[in-house]
Amino acid sequence: MAAATDDYEHYEAIVVGCGPGGAAAAARLADHGVETLVLERGTEAGSKNVSGGLIYGEESAPYTLADLFDGVREAATERPVTDYYIHNVAGNSVKTYDLTDLHEHDTDWCDAVLRRELDSWLERRVHEKTSETGGGVLTNVRVNGLLESDGEIVGVTCDELEPITADLIVAADGVNSELAREAGLMDWEEPEEWFQGVKAVVDVDPDAIDDRFDLDPDEGAAHLFSGDLFDDVRGGGFLYTNEDSLSIGTVFHLDSLLEREAEPHELLDALLTHPLLAGWFENEYDEREYAAKLVPDSKKAAHREPYRDRLVLVGDAAGQMQAQGPIIKGMNHAVTAGALAADAFAVTRGNADPAAAGRRYTKLLEDSGTMAKLRPRRYDLARAVGEREGVTSAVERVLESPLGSLAVGNPIADRLLERAYNSPFLVSMLPDTKTGYVSLPTLIAEEHGKTIHWESEIEPPTLEERIGDLTYDTDVGNPHIELLDQSLDASGAAVTACPVSAEDFGGGCYRSEAVKTNGTEETLVSLDTQPCVECGTCAVVADTEWEHPRGGKGVEYREG
Amino acid sequence: MRSIVLTKGVPDFSEGAVSFDEEGHLERGKTPTVMNPNDEFALQAALQTKIRHGGHVSGMSMGPPGYAEVLQGAMETVYTDDSYLLSDRELAASDTWATAITLSAGLETYQEEVADIDIVFAGFKTADGETGQTGPQTCWAMDWPIVTHVVALDIDPDERTLRAKRLVEGDVDEIETVEAPLPCFVVTDPEFEPTYRTASQRLTRKRLRAETEERAADHDDHLTTWDHADLNLDPDYIGLDGSPTIVSSVDPIPKAPSEREATMIDPDAGDGMGEVLEEIQPYAAEADD
Repeated sequence: MAAATDDYEHYEAIVVGCGPGGAAAAARLADHGVETLVLERGTEAGSKNVSGGLIYGEESAPYTLADLFDGVREAATERPVTDYYIHNVAGNSVKTYDLTDLHEHDTDWCDAVLRRELDSWLERRVHEKTSETGGGVLTNVRVNGLLESDGEIVGVTCDELEPITADLIVAADGVNSELAREAGLMDWEEPEEWFQGVKAVVDVDPDAIDDRFDLDPDEGAAHLFSGDLFDDVRGGGFLYTNEDSLSIGTVFHLDSLLEREAEPHELLDALLTHPLLAGWFENEYDEREYAAKLVPDSKKAAHREPYRDRLVLVGDAAGQMQAQGPIIKGMNHAVTAGALAADAFAVTRGNADPAAAGRRYTKLLEDSGTMAKLRPRRYDLARAVGEREGVTSAVERVLESPLGSLAVGNPIADRLLERAYNSPFLVSMLPDTKTGYVSLPTLIAEEHGKTIHWESEIEPPTLEERIGDLTYDTDVGNPHIELLDQSLDASGAAVTACPVSAEDFGGGCYRSEAVKTNGTEETLVSLDTQPCVECGTCAVVADTEWEHPRGGKGVEYREG
Repeated sequence: MRSIVLTKGVPDFSEGAVSFDEEGHLERGKTPTVMNPNDEFALQAALQTKIRHGGHVSGMSMGPPGYAEVLQGAMETVYTDDSYLLSDRELAASDTWATAITLSAGLETYQEEVADIDIVFAGFKTADGETGQTGPQTCWAMDWPIVTHVVALDIDPDERTLRAKRLVEGDVDEIETVEAPLPCFVVTDPEFEPTYRTASQRLTRKRLRAETEERAADHDDHLTTWDHADLNLDPDYIGLDGSPTIVSSVDPIPKAPSEREATMIDPDAGDGMGEVLEEIQPYAAEADD
């Protein structure tokens, strides 16, 4: 379409998405006096967002959330993390290492967050700031594509508004960024490049949290879990303390979930019902919200040059989510990237070359050390050896042998292992194999662990109950995902991998059904998008045409 | 653009709020007053005009002092700038004629004392009287053009014209596009939907909402009340004395009998399900065809 773009409204900068990355970009753009329009598809910022969630303020980062938003930690985050542990689990045997040293490496501060609270607070601040430079934040607006003129990106198109042109377009539209895909910068192809996380926010009285986790009211704990409680799926669990709730979740490599045909909600339940957690629940379990999210693995997916023309990608949209062993950092990098993109635009403002800001942004990501954190060279080197199947199985065989038990099981090894876990250098080399996630932790627990003798009486809600508790504004008659290939080969993986679907459950998004055609019976996959939590898993594992729902439609997270 | 929205308080007829006596007569004292539901569309049309073209919107109502709350509600929902209440004991028991005379006097007083009006918006009939007469009669008294059943509206401030789409109901519903000079009366249809398709319009709406919160909380400071003397009206031509309509009696409308039949089946009775199956069998056969 040869658009007469002169007729459209123009803003100096458009930021798509008002999560931490978009908020940082918009706030910084406003600081530079740039007229900035922020478009958010949720009914309020945070209503579409999920994170584990810890947000870090790194000492080495050029920007942290607290630098950009005065008072955010007091007003909109939960407890700071003061204690950090990893639990190696083998059956009822658990060996716990204190990871506080690793956690504190390069950490100025680190808070647990719930995204509805955090992002909606940021939205209000961003609206105040951007209003002063002629823009503002609009919610319930879904940007659905890029506006091009003569093959060059010049603006965005929306479901709810006329097209808008801009000198800079910041795609901070999350892990399933439609803009990044339309620009050809990201794809949904390889399950290896993704993690999938599911989370339960559990209601617990603040005093009970202090008491059961041995915390003062201004302290918080982070606990990680690995070992044999997840059916050999590569990944682990986490528990973070909020003001008056716990965020408990599991994160797995998507390819491993597929390979094991595991049900994500069942793996979460395996953690929730483990005896180790029983002491923290005291047999009371009140789940406020079930949530799910796809997580890019920056080691493989972070785009090294995240721009095209006037479009720059920020945060999850650019794959900027660092997960290396027990280190999980996403929001902080999105904040840094957003602010750097804004700075890049400020210094290249008025430059005739539309890609000047993008090029500068790429350089700032490199120079600030951000890209090196997202794509560590050490990992690339170690991966070349460590993730080769032969090496993995050889290491696995040694660990399973008496020799392995001897090596891991002696008292010196115990101390060395705790130190190794606490080494940022070693952790950044951890290859993504079963060894790191399952075999080694299991062996550690078997050799050094203490056995827990009590039982858990917790009964988490069923998937049906969890879906029933979520809030939806369904866009009736206008499903946002189209299943292109109904065959079991093409799309069957979604039945188990989708966090709101399950084998033999009729109330989820994806079901497999036996259908009789011309006398033969075949199993086909069907889709009902009503329970969709918009995580994007099926975009990777099934053959779909995947879009976000229109502005304000679809799932609305209250906790996030 | 300067607009006035005419609005009225009506009994809240919603389930649970409305109260009837034993003879089926409305108990006015026990039923809360709310804004006439159809006026919502007139208010939305006024807001759309303000967002697209700027300017000023005033709410105007005739009624007892309690109607100030209705005007305050209008301020909260569509961010009117101020409110005018035509309130006087002499105005009590007005029919549509006397109401129209009073409202037109209110509009003329506004033009003399405040500013010239470009558009008057009114809703399509009230929930209590349901006559649909007051808007057109008021307009007649003003001798202005009127466009009724408006579902969409565009204004050209430079040409001082408006272009409206009206829903014409008949054997087949039709949409008619008409043009009228300003000043003009606009009666909105319940199908009216405001549209804000540009970012700047939506930002303006958001700004107006933020600005209004404080103003609506101190509504009394933005309320002007005019009595019959302010409006220069002769008591003989307003209120009950000025109302030619005589209501001889009011009959409650009997409820239509339900067309559905219900049969109770005891779930414990063994042949209960058999009866159900027998009942639905003919429909199943129909579906097979």
